[in-house]
Amino acid sequence: MPKVTVDGVELDVPQGATVLQACEMAGKEIPRFCYHERLSIAGNCRMCLVEVSPGPPKPQASCALPAAEGQVIKTDSPMVKKAREGVMEFLLINHPLDCPICDQGGECDLQDQSIAYGRGASRFDENKRAVTEKYMGPIVKTVMTRCIQCTRCVRFAEEVAGVEDIGAIYRGENMQITSYLERAVASELSGNVVDLCPVGALTSKPYAFEARPWELTKTLGIDMMDAVGTNVRIDSRGRQVLRVLPRVNDDVNEEWASDKTRHHVDGLIRRRLDRPFVRKDGELVEASWAEAFEAIKAVNAGSSVAAIAGDMADCETMFAAKALVTALGGHLLEGRQTGLDYDVTSLSAVNFNTTIAEAENADVILLVGTNLRWEAPLINTRVRKAVWKKGAKVFGIGPEVDLTYKAGWLGDDASLVAKLPRHVTDALKAAERPMLIFGGGALSVPGVHGAGLALAKAVNAVKDGWNGFNVVHFSAARMGALMLGYAQPGGIRDIIAAKPRLAFFLGADEVDFSAFTETFKVYVGHHGDKGAHAADVILPAAAWTEKDFTTVNTEGRVQRSEKAVFAPGDAREDWSIFRALADALGVHVGFDSFAECRAAMIAAVPALGIEGIADYGWTAPNLPAKPEARAIPSPIKDFYLTNAICRASPTMQRCSEELLHGVDYAEAAE
Amino acid sequence: MLADKDRIFTNLYGFQPWNLKSAQARGDWDKTKDLMSRGQDAIIEEIKASGLRGRGGAGFPTGLKWSFMPKEPRADRPSFLVINADESEPGSCKDREIIRHDPHKLIEGALIAGYAMRARAAYIYIRGEFIREAETLFAAVQEAYDAGLLGKNAAKSGYDFDVFVHRGAGAYICGEETAMIESLEGKKGQPRLKPPFPAGAGLYGCPTTVNNVESIAVVPTILRRGAVWFSSFGRENNKGTKLFQISGHVNKPCVVEEEMGITFRELIDTHCGGIRGGWDNLLAVIPGGSSVPLVPAAQIMDAPMDFDGLKDLGSGLGTAAAIVMDKSTDVVQAISRISYFYKHESCGQCTPCREGTGWMWRVMERLRTGDADISEIDTLFDVTKQVEGHTICALGDAAAWPIQGLIRHFRPEIERRIRENGGALEAAE
Repeated sequence: MPKVTVDGVELDVPQGATVLQACEMAGKEIPRFCYHERLSIAGNCRMCLVEVSPGPPKPQASCALPAAEGQVIKTDSPMVKKAREGVMEFLLINHPLDCPICDQGGECDLQDQSIAYGRGASRFDENKRAVTEKYMGPIVKTVMTRCIQCTRCVRFAEEVAGVEDIGAIYRGENMQITSYLERAVASELSGNVVDLCPVGALTSKPYAFEARPWELTKTLGIDMMDAVGTNVRIDSRGRQVLRVLPRVNDDVNEEWASDKTRHHVDGLIRRRLDRPFVRKDGELVEASWAEAFEAIKAVNAGSSVAAIAGDMADCETMFAAKALVTALGGHLLEGRQTGLDYDVTSLSAVNFNTTIAEAENADVILLVGTNLRWEAPLINTRVRKAVWKKGAKVFGIGPEVDLTYKAGWLGDDASLVAKLPRHVTDALKAAERPMLIFGGGALSVPGVHGAGLALAKAVNAVKDGWNGFNVVHFSAARMGALMLGYAQPGGIRDIIAAKPRLAFFLGADEVDFSAFTETFKVYVGHHGDKGAHAADVILPAAAWTEKDFTTVNTEGRVQRSEKAVFAPGDAREDWSIFRALADALGVHVGFDSFAECRAAMIAAVPALGIEGIADYGWTAPNLPAKPEARAIPSPIKDFYLTNAICRASPTMQRCSEELLHGVDYAEAAE
Repeated sequence: MLADKDRIFTNLYGFQPWNLKSAQARGDWDKTKDLMSRGQDAIIEEIKASGLRGRGGAGFPTGLKWSFMPKEPRADRPSFLVINADESEPGSCKDREIIRHDPHKLIEGALIAGYAMRARAAYIYIRGEFIREAETLFAAVQEAYDAGLLGKNAAKSGYDFDVFVHRGAGAYICGEETAMIESLEGKKGQPRLKPPFPAGAGLYGCPTTVNNVESIAVVPTILRRGAVWFSSFGRENNKGTKLFQISGHVNKPCVVEEEMGITFRELIDTHCGGIRGGWDNLLAVIPGGSSVPLVPAAQIMDAPMDFDGLKDLGSGLGTAAAIVMDKSTDVVQAISRISYFYKHESCGQCTPCREGTGWMWRVMERLRTGDADISEIDTLFDVTKQVEGHTICALGDAAAWPIQGLIRHFRPEIERRIRENGGALEAAE
């Protein structure tokens, strides 16, 4: 632990810390543009200059200088002040004075730091440089004249996103940041460069000219687009969510968010179900809540009731629905809409046990039937980190995809899991921290789950301090649903076979509704999508930004999200719908408020009351371990259009068309 | 004047062919094996004792630099020698002459130096514009391979050593050692942050030493004739002989090998036929290539041409490329042109150089015509100080120094132009 002195204060800093980190530990703010904790050090903006002795008699870039024993660091000397003013002046001479029309205004590092560290006026009398805009795709808007060449975006694309699509061309004052051949940046993480850009050069295209940051109400939320449980901040104004930004959580999403997480929000105000509907003579017609309830009551289902949860269902909603079904005497609950029927007798056997944060420490990784890049983009960045920074080896079984790192693909035959090539088992056995990841596609093939558990045992993937057996779910509702008992032994087929007279579909849009012809279908959800089309009664509910809720991500992490805005029109929060319906049907669900609903849920499943990773213990059930010899299917056909909100979002539709289906928008942008 | 017998570069003017046979007749590749058999540390010690300082401009002691290399390179992390032949400094043209006419001195030096620093291979990074020179170098390296002087068991020494020639693409910044390494790796030629220094992590992350062509080419001769012979030339701390390149307003511009510390007057009178129009007509000299500050006539005339002598004048020896300017020179325009060069060649990586070089050149252009305010001279000086010492590599310094030299020595001339241009002062008020 080197001992350094920062502005007269002596302190010990960890081995390997930089001078900048030492200054921060001493409570000194060091201005910076290019430096970013999660990217490699570039040292090119020169804003973080400090005076260091011993050393050359000139200011040093603190971001790149290792802290060493006995260093005396000054951050407030005249030399440092002058150096900062100088660099600030250089950054500003060619920066346009268009702050009033710049979307970065109010959250701009350049603005803030020029006030804090710059000189009052410019001495630059020459003409300013102008740079042409660059096309970077449907998410990122560019105003390259504002660029200060910090190269954060270049480093992010190369290091974190794993696409070498952004780079610098030309040199000197003509240097320009651009995407390769000005094509859209082919990454599901491209939106992060908008956050990284310290100036207004890269801003959010869908959010352009929407709002100023100080107009926004900021609410802490948990993203429901996938099962990673990305921690987000919901920025809303009035009744509309304008954007979603990631929050820092080193255990989950670090500080990134996928493009779907960020930009599905324009779908929240489109195709909304804002009043109840009842099917009359084969057609859905608007109705009042009372009429809708009356129609449900008229079914006279008795105890022949089922509830099927969709991918974005939260725990309270599922609990409330379960309470109603139970109160009616029913027991049919299922969350795996598409027909998966893997064994859930042990939740640990269907959980991401390694945990997301630890995934980057794995040394040999076997991916089975999962396109991590689409199913869990922010787990993919962890695996990429394991490969890129620590040299982990990756093998894959399943449809071959570009995961942004090198993977040895063994084929897409599911039976490979039970008879892996020798070099793969040898590598897994020799590994200190082997990691097996099974995707939804893998679990859809009978026998793979059991073979995977057998493999985990054979290669000693589960040991003291390391559990390398992982299932990566794609649905945000999945782990919560399983904890709440939304699983039939035979999956949704059991429910179809039971032919319930009444079924609640909790935002479930991916169900094969043709199997439910004899069932009275009540769709409780927020978007007019497949589920609503098939329904006999539609009860309009709240989307994830419009309610408080609890959710559990794929690693079993219980997280809570808060309500940012009110649901539109007559739509109500889900728990209250079931509470009111209970009255109409003459039963009791046992709660009268959201707080009571949550308390009852926690009483039923105590683990949902503790934020953090739920402890499932480790038990491996004995399952058939002979996988069928057939190709593992890919569960996601289109990353950008996986749920009802995305499908309603113009931005997601355009991403899909442009990035996945090759529709060319580049010219239209000019 | 240096005696002919003491010259290292005996074919500097190309009176004889460059090929291996002629080179061997001049003494190159003579018992190279015996030189190498002295042992690696002995070679480094000999070079240290000779007092050879790097000929690329910075003047870092060559032997000392080699001694930073690991004594026992790991098998998965070999050491490399990179030879900087990206000679792009305005005024410099010595490496070009060596490669044109004496390439085997360089190649033999590469083998010996590479052996001494336990390098696996040498990469010669040659300036893109040197097309004929590159052809010569490719052919010379091939000759050496064919004669068994390179490759496995190079020169029968039992040491395996390869030499690769890599052509640059015409960027001045690739002459900076870490930018050269980036460029060799196939990346955009931008200097790296130091530390780590190349001796720790250089080419492909392996220990690397980057040396100038001249520094390497003189090594075999120093070893053959001894450190004592080499250090008998020049002053303390400035030993040896050196290729001087004189361009500009002299009667016979030339490249010539001379003793370090020769006075400027002797250098010009002996080899260049004097200043055009006589010594009274001398205005100023840029003694070390475009990146060092100019020195006015009165100070340079009898100054010793070596590292310390020119440092005392507030300038530097650089690559010993003296640019001589007589009184017909528009000195402001000359420096402005140099400013343009640095603006054009800045890599754009770090802020002060990227933004500052353009700013400085634009102000210089206005000072040239006098379309400026007197106060802008001080502003310009301040801007050069904001660039100097704040950048990743030395290009920022190199862009700042010529302007600082101009303002230091020729401020009255700049003020005169502004005044004669008239009205600028009033208009600004």
